Amino acid sequence: MIHPNTSDKIAKIWLWLSALSIILVLLSILGYVFIMGAGSLSVSFILDMPTNNWREGGILPAIIGSLLVVIIALSFATPIGVGAAIYLTEFTKEGRLTKTVRIAADSLNAIPSIVFGLFGLAFFVFYLKDYTGGPSLLSAGLTLGFMILPTIIRTSDVAMRTVSFSEKMESYGLGATKLQTIKNIVLPEAFPGIITGIILGMGRAIGETAPIIFMVSLNPVIPKTIFGSGNTLTTQLYYLAMEGISMDVAFGTALTLITIILILNYSARKMNNYFSRNLRR
Amino acid sequence: MDKENKIEVRNLNLWYGDKQALKNNSIKIRKNHVTAIIGPSGCGKSTFIRCLNRMNDLVEGVKITGEVSINNKNIYDKDVDVVSLRRRVGMVFQKPNPFPMTIFDNVAYGPRIHGIKDKKKLQEIVEKSLKDTTLWNEVSDRLDKSALDLSGGQMQRLCIARTIAVKPDVLLFDEPCSALDPVATGKIEDLIQELKKEYTIVIVTHNMQQAARVSDYTGYFLLGELIEFGKTKQLFENPKEKSTEDYITGRFG
Ligand SMILES: Nc1ncnc2c1ncn2[C@@H]1O[C@H](COP(=O)(O)OP(=O)(O)OP(=O)(O)O)[C@@H](O)[C@H]1O
Ligand SMILES: [Mg+2]
Repeated sequence: MIHPNTSDKIAKIWLWLSALSIILVLLSILGYVFIMGAGSLSVSFILDMPTNNWREGGILPAIIGSLLVVIIALSFATPIGVGAAIYLTEFTKEGRLTKTVRIAADSLNAIPSIVFGLFGLAFFVFYLKDYTGGPSLLSAGLTLGFMILPTIIRTSDVAMRTVSFSEKMESYGLGATKLQTIKNIVLPEAFPGIITGIILGMGRAIGETAPIIFMVSLNPVIPKTIFGSGNTLTTQLYYLAMEGISMDVAFGTALTLITIILILNYSARKMNNYFSRNLRR
Repeated sequence: MDKENKIEVRNLNLWYGDKQALKNNSIKIRKNHVTAIIGPSGCGKSTFIRCLNRMNDLVEGVKITGEVSINNKNIYDKDVDVVSLRRRVGMVFQKPNPFPMTIFDNVAYGPRIHGIKDKKKLQEIVEKSLKDTTLWNEVSDRLDKSALDLSGGQMQRLCIARTIAVKPDVLLFDEPCSALDPVATGKIEDLIQELKKEYTIVIVTHNMQQAARVSDYTGYFLLGELIEFGKTKQLFENPKEKSTEDYITGRFG
């Protein structure tokens, strides 16, 4: 028999080691990308066009491509996701339907992203080709939108369900309609949670390669329209490394991407704190 | 005499699913008087007053039969606009629930959703409502601060102010003092005396002394049935039913 005190100590050391290893892994990945990428990172790297077949110059088209794709994904997924969550929490009785939708959303979240890519290829690139322009930034953005939809639905759903029933009753008691209650009570209080969900989705959309690999083309021009082709930071990174074009530029791109995602995560935290405090004080 | 009745309830039944919570109740509530509803926990007091402004519509699986007439109009008729009904029949809940907004925005909430945008008008309404609830002196210098920092008694008066800001003509109170100390309770009771000049008031209470102090009429409920109803003085001093007497003398159970 091990003495309880001893097992306590062992557990403590084990937990401490696990925590330490997470931080070490994180730091070494970040550190490695930073060391390898910092050399190519500069203002002109971000603002210039690529030259000499991506070996020199900047990555501006990919940055713009990433931004456009994320904006499209969010403009698609936010209204639908928040709308679905409002419907789930405010317009249906808790029951089989709401349970099914929640399970469906959770299952969608667990589907590998490449499967979303295949769906996007079949649906947006081939089937809706006349509207999306085939393998275009629009198709890529919509595919990512589908991918992050469950995240936005579920975070909004959770945020709205925490709004207290009695506050809603008070609002109805004062003669408010359902929509007025949603607009004045439910949405403002759920806002921090909804924003967190949107930013999480945004981070995921900007960081995914697999679902849009079918829809981009490495083209060193700034996209003129969302119905045309373009590439993103992730897909460019994939090609640069895969085809052995330039590891330096690949790491520079990776560093840019990681920086953007870290900034997004940080601002998600800040915004959540800011809005929660404003609301509760 | 009928003219003086603000609310007339006829054969009101209510079921939560299969469970009957109100059984064939009829009651007449006088205009500009205070009517108290008493009875043991779970007898249906809250359920009953929630029928008077159709708050039970918001509860899943509720079925209601019978008639509730306010100003001689059955509020369960198909053509009744529930939203404007709730505006005329205001409700103050057992637990004060200010919205997470400023004191001003809390009181202005009702008028705003009913379309009043004019700043000056809103200010007038807020000031009058807070004065009527004796809260003005305590909060006039911090109207732009969160209502969640108020004390329990202040919150309850704020919720009353918020309710009267929409200018109802009936006020329903569901145990408004259950979370308050004697001083705060005294203030609310004085307030109710003041308010009955303008409003018809129905108050649910667990406190016999309170019912005796504030009300003109009292109804005693037991297991969803109205056992006895009458002038407060008469009901407390000379109850007709044995079970009423047991309850008000504390021999119940
Ligand atoms: N939403 C609901 N669903 C099902 N049953 C309910 C619901 N609300 C109340 N009931 C039941 O109806 C009966 C009356 O409840 P009600 O809340 O009206 O009692 P009350 O007299 O206000 O009690 P208290 O003094 O404890 O507040 C109780 O048996 C209660 O369990
Ligand atoms: Mg009750």
